[in-house]
Amino acid sequence: MEKKVLFANIDDPKQPEIDTYISKGGYKSLEKVLKEMKPEDVIEEVKKSGIRGRGGAGFPAGMKWSFVPKDSPKPKYLVCNGDESEPGTCKDRVLMEHDPHLVVEGMAISAYAIGAGHAFIYIRGEFDYPASQMRKAIDQAYEKGYLGKNILGTGYNLEMIVHTGGGAYICGEETALLNSLEGKPGQTRIRPPFPAVEGLYASPTVVNNVETLSNVSLIIKNGGQWFSKIGTEKSTGTRIFCLSGHVKNPGNYELELGTPLSYLINDLGGGVIDGKKLKAIIPGGSSTPILKPEQIDTPLDFESVAQAGSMLGSGGVIVMHEDTDMVWVARTLAHFYMHESCGECTPCRQGTKWIYDTLTRITAGEGKMDDIDLLLDLCDNIDGKTICPLGDAAVIPIRSTIELFRPEYEHYIKNGKPLVENKFMSFV
Amino acid sequence: MALSTESIDAMKKAAARYPQKRSAILPALTIAYRQIGYLYDDLYIEVADAIGVSPNEVASAATFYTMFPKQKVGKYLIQVCMNISCGLMGAESLKEYLLKVLNIKEGEITEDGLFTVVSVECLGSCTTAPMMQVNQTFYENLNREKVDKILNDLREKG
Ligand SMILES: Cc1cc2nc3c(=O)[nH]c(=O)nc-3n(C[C@H](O)[C@H](O)[C@H](O)COP(=O)(O)O)c2cc1C
Ligand code: SF4
Ligand code: FES
Repeated sequence: MEKKVLFANIDDPKQPEIDTYISKGGYKSLEKVLKEMKPEDVIEEVKKSGIRGRGGAGFPAGMKWSFVPKDSPKPKYLVCNGDESEPGTCKDRVLMEHDPHLVVEGMAISAYAIGAGHAFIYIRGEFDYPASQMRKAIDQAYEKGYLGKNILGTGYNLEMIVHTGGGAYICGEETALLNSLEGKPGQTRIRPPFPAVEGLYASPTVVNNVETLSNVSLIIKNGGQWFSKIGTEKSTGTRIFCLSGHVKNPGNYELELGTPLSYLINDLGGGVIDGKKLKAIIPGGSSTPILKPEQIDTPLDFESVAQAGSMLGSGGVIVMHEDTDMVWVARTLAHFYMHESCGECTPCRQGTKWIYDTLTRITAGEGKMDDIDLLLDLCDNIDGKTICPLGDAAVIPIRSTIELFRPEYEHYIKNGKPLVENKFMSFV
Repeated sequence: MALSTESIDAMKKAAARYPQKRSAILPALTIAYRQIGYLYDDLYIEVADAIGVSPNEVASAATFYTMFPKQKVGKYLIQVCMNISCGLMGAESLKEYLLKVLNIKEGEITEDGLFTVVSVECLGSCTTAPMMQVNQTFYENLNREKVDKILNDLREKG
């Protein structure tokens, strides 16, 4: 069901103002943490909540924090990942725009928990307004003494910096993000070492998604136990789902984990537009396998979506109706991965280009029957053979569309035109 | 000197906040791009001077990041999202319409110097598709009337 925890105040136009935020109990969790809790107690509470990362991979946040070596003489850093570039995803932006102090407070608490003196929020460069909202919130927090030197007289110092990117999807990947934050091209680093041990400036660094960190002050306020009771046993809490594509009411909806996909698409989303039939659903951003209409009752939690053959991913739910050409879908996404490959490893750099060229040939009416096998071979030659998961992600839409919609490929190749023609909104 | 004193000051201020100066390269390039409208080789030297890093370091970052145009574009750079959620809502047709009414090809500048249209990947506005970004502003839930009005308003502003 819809459950507004992160979104409790999202509709209040004054929420970005610090006075409004404070009047609703804001920054009380930070105060409690700094005055009454040791860093390890904070980590314990977050572990108890069971919260898993909201950026894509779903790694337990509390466990990640506990990997930061306590005895390291190096400075420690917290980085909040606001790169939000996975096609279909636009939820972190809503938090940064409409409740920026929730993000700031969550970051400050998390920074304290891992012993960081600097916290960065990396925001994709195109997000000018979200970045300005975050900057304003951070300035206000400094003024009120929630950031800076000797916060609330506790002796804890924290600098918080907004860093904007340069338009590269790969910079959402945590090691590329760290290179980018160091002023370098956004290329990935080979792990290990993991960022928790050797991250920003070769120092211990925790990278977490905006939505993950936004939950932290709520976990401290209400207790890890409270959080662990929301959702399912292994997928605790809520998640923001970005519903886009062919639905009547697209938008960002916060749901208790375990809520059926059909509730999101039909009850909240109003179903498919123009009375058309549902054809396909991408449940977690462009890097997740397609679900079929029969799977619309899949509960939205990590385990159930995995069991259905896909992934919860970034929360981007993309709905397609019957008049959607699935070879076009594959080509559109193939273009994206080709464009965004950082070029560091050959299978990804060359393979994504080859996939795109093959799909372009097919959609230009010049495909050969062997091209389908060629595409699958190309996928095999990328999958698992690259430095970072972008390569693995790039093959997902290709395999998925061939597996589920092979006749559409065959028709294109035999007849030089699509079996299903795109019928979308027209401007001309 | 192409960079204004304000830009240089803003770059220095940004650099002072980071534990290492090199981190200020992207913020500094953003400042340079917003003042000048695009990036070019000689500008990297000025940026490097302003924040105290080497021009090579600035150039290697600048060439990697596609968000900064590397040649002159119209005063209003229109970036149309062509990715999946926007595509499903008619992005191809939106781009075609823009190119038609502005009478240019992708990447070109209109005769009055005002507009350039380019295709970009997902801009994180998928639930308000189709959309486009004009300089720093997002325009969402577009339809033909809205697009006409946006173009007219920008033309009037000049
Ligand atoms: C190609 C690629 C792009 C990614 N983009 C993002 C992103 O935009 N935002 C994000 O939070 N995580 C992104 N991630 C995941 C991050 O690497 C990292 O796992 C995440 O930020 C950790 O935060 P979490 O544990 O709170 O989810 C991406 C990963 C890959 C491989
Ligand atoms: S898989 Fe692709 S994006 Fe990732 S490191 Fe290799 S070339 Fe770069
Ligand atoms: S697909 Fe266009 S903004 Fe995401």
